[in-house]
Amino acid sequence: MRLRSQPAERIDRNHPITFTYAGEEHTGFAGDTIGSALYAAGRRVFSRSFKYHRPRGLLCCSGHCPNCMMTVDGVPNVRVCVEPLRPDVDVRDQNVRGSADRDLLGVVDKIGGPFTPVGFYYRTMIRPRRAWPLYEKVLRNLAGLGRVDEKANGHGPYVTVHRRVDVLVIGGGPAGRAAAEAAEGKVLLVDDRAAYDASYEVLSPATALAIYEGGLVPVAAGNTLHRIRAGRIVVATGALEQPLLFPGNDLVGVMLPDAVRRMVDEWALQPGERAVLVGEAAVDLKLQLARAGVEIVAVSLRPESLSAHGRRGRLASIDLDGERIDCDLLVVSGGLQPAYSLLAQAGARIDYEPRRGIFVPTELPAGVEVVGAAAGDIEQVPAPAVLDGRGDKCFVCICEDVTTKDVKRALREGFDSIELAKRYTTVTMGPCQGKLCQLASTRLLAHETDTDESAIGTTTARPPWRPIELGLLAGPHHEPAKLTPLHQRHEALGAEVIWTGAWRRAFHYGDPAAEVRAVHESLGVIDVSTLGKVIVEGPGAAELLDRLYPNRFSDLKTGRIRYGVLTSDGGRIMDDGTVARLDDELFYVTTTSTGSEGVVEWFEWWNAIWGYDVEIVNVTGALAAMNLAGPLAREALAPLTDAPLDNESFRYLDAKEIAVAGVPCLALRIGFVGELGYELHCPATDAGSLWDALVTAGATPFGLEAQRVLRLEKGHVIVGQDTDSESNLLSARMGWTIKDDKPDYVGKPAVPHLEVREKLVGFTSDVLPPEGAQIVRDGRIAGRVTSSRLSERVGGAIGLAWVDPDCAEEGSVISIRVDGTLRPATVTLAPFYDPEGALLRS
Amino acid sequence: MSFLLTCPHCGSRPVDEFRYQGEVTRRPGPVATLRELTDYVYFRDNVAGVQREWWYHRTGCKTWFVAERDTRTNEVLRTLIPAPTGVATPQ
Repeated sequence: MRLRSQPAERIDRNHPITFTYAGEEHTGFAGDTIGSALYAAGRRVFSRSFKYHRPRGLLCCSGHCPNCMMTVDGVPNVRVCVEPLRPDVDVRDQNVRGSADRDLLGVVDKIGGPFTPVGFYYRTMIRPRRAWPLYEKVLRNLAGLGRVDEKANGHGPYVTVHRRVDVLVIGGGPAGRAAAEAAEGKVLLVDDRAAYDASYEVLSPATALAIYEGGLVPVAAGNTLHRIRAGRIVVATGALEQPLLFPGNDLVGVMLPDAVRRMVDEWALQPGERAVLVGEAAVDLKLQLARAGVEIVAVSLRPESLSAHGRRGRLASIDLDGERIDCDLLVVSGGLQPAYSLLAQAGARIDYEPRRGIFVPTELPAGVEVVGAAAGDIEQVPAPAVLDGRGDKCFVCICEDVTTKDVKRALREGFDSIELAKRYTTVTMGPCQGKLCQLASTRLLAHETDTDESAIGTTTARPPWRPIELGLLAGPHHEPAKLTPLHQRHEALGAEVIWTGAWRRAFHYGDPAAEVRAVHESLGVIDVSTLGKVIVEGPGAAELLDRLYPNRFSDLKTGRIRYGVLTSDGGRIMDDGTVARLDDELFYVTTTSTGSEGVVEWFEWWNAIWGYDVEIVNVTGALAAMNLAGPLAREALAPLTDAPLDNESFRYLDAKEIAVAGVPCLALRIGFVGELGYELHCPATDAGSLWDALVTAGATPFGLEAQRVLRLEKGHVIVGQDTDSESNLLSARMGWTIKDDKPDYVGKPAVPHLEVREKLVGFTSDVLPPEGAQIVRDGRIAGRVTSSRLSERVGGAIGLAWVDPDCAEEGSVISIRVDGTLRPATVTLAPFYDPEGALLRS
Repeated sequence: MSFLLTCPHCGSRPVDEFRYQGEVTRRPGPVATLRELTDYVYFRDNVAGVQREWWYHRTGCKTWFVAERDTRTNEVLRTLIPAPTGVATPQ
């Protein structure tokens, strides 16, 4: 049912739109909201309330109250009064057993009263104790509003946009528009209603959700979250119409003036047949109601008493100052309240002004202004806190179904501060976030405690200004992954790929044990492009490295490599790697796979202090690296290069620039995995052809798991796996890297004070303890296993563990807890495999 | 925390582009008592007021600089690239 054409209606009667509600097809018009189209189709009950499942109908038509929340295209809690109607949209009831008209849970309203007082879940349902699981199951089932469709992606995909403007105006009412007109520079106005043409940019429909420090305003606009930085923020959010407190104030047919105005003017709907108007703003509606053919049966500016009575949840009559009046529409106005929430978030003070009965923002933070009704530019006489009357429930908070009785009971129980009463009764904590109940609850508390509103104050304003989907905050789905230039090779080989930090790495290619055997017996190749690679170059390079590492590099000869461990100034192990001297003033530094960025920042930081003439360049992504390892490494490499590879020309710990299969490489003869090996670093673009040449030459690709076994056989430490933030070089038995005769280096002041409370040792065992297993001594925990693997080569389980220093002797027997029982293990200090390093040097 | 920080190279940028490295501390030098070392490594003044602190423009120009920030209001009074001192602590 529509009225005849209204002067400023928004609907376009030439453009019908069909949609479904509860499975039935309905028709509205372009310009309708889902709510207005449903009302036109005869719907009056739009939802059931949170706790009592009372029928609820259109109240504010402004997207503030919870009364019209439905599930739209699978998205729960959509306020259909402001959600634009779109073709074929699927609209359903929520929070009901049955339908909004006939909800089985409506019984809670009839007989649930004694069982569901304020805080009932703390009180009624705790006895008997053993029944709690049952209560919980029932409550969990009933609690909440709407169901999230786990398969649907909300309104996604979501987008985040970052913007900067000179002036941001929030609110497109007359005051906001005037402020935007007058502003200079790049001006953006955000409005939650339809767009319009202006001399400045308008973002709408969109809602400013908060004001954070630094002038950051997140604005929700459909699927897009705009993170707007503004030099100046003008808040023109206007004022919120407030309801009145009287028995039956939630019945379907009780409306706020703006709702009625919108229904008639914008959507040509008749809001009722017999209307009673209460309050100044309601009385102003006479014109609209006459146009809509509504009979006005009574008017009262300031009634003494009021109560509403319903039939099946719908308004049927009222008692107004002792007179019973039949009606189906009751327009009530409790006056206006400035929408100050964004300002309060920004740090403004909120003061109560008794003359007009409103809270107004004062003491605005720098860069934030307020204009219009939001500033308190309102003339009104305060409405009474609560109207006397008998009958139905009187709701303070329609979101959470909190009644005046609940608030009074909370007061009697001692919850007399607004913040306590809020948490206990949940008033202001529902979907409207206090828009319709903050003022009402403050005034009720003041009334009941015989104090004034300033003494009661307000609850803390927090973002967001209106509920939004979490997906909008999360933004688009990003899972940054670093891939090496050889990643496609690994995939083609059927590698199992795992995460190591942000890197995706080949864990193994099907049979890690066979990969280990290949390295020991013939030849393997592993992609180690994830290694951090850093160039340190300049006249001060050698001295800088000497001051960064406990080890010494200034005496390193060109073309040679030395191992280095980085420590903090507290002497703790941070990272490790190799340092190759390529020229007098040129060093090539490798770091752990996850450490490269941190190491570069660490180098840069110290050099910001010291000021050496050095360039530090992170080339991790620019270069690939692969380690060719195994007894056949030299033979396999020889045909691919002109460079001499014999043990005199290319020694262990030599670094040489050679071409391999036509690819320019920096070849480092080092041996993390314990066999004769060459670590070849080359431009990332050439990685594929180098890899292919090595595989063609007979190298078996091996993955991370094989490398972990191989390095463990050598007792090589992985920083971060075998060490933690407490580990120092002495306790990790790497004191040999400390060159303490240097005048100063990072960590030197700590060296005399280093304590060895436990030591890192190797162990062998008959059973494989899990990593993290406890070392137990005399019934107490005395250490832990950090790495463990089965080694075919050693013939049993091997590992690294932190143990008491007096157990750190070759041959000591320690006890490891495995599956609840203590298993013996034997401490080994030398590498398990090739302890002399003969193979590496061969 | 969403304040703006003025990088000496890039100008005013959102704070999430930067890494915070904490207060500017005084390094005791290569020889220190345990107390001096502990003070330097573990203890911070944690002032409620203007503090000198290290920042790094991680997603920008990758420059280390010193900011003077009021820890009560997050107002950044000044940012500068300190002159290297050659010794431990920048001035």
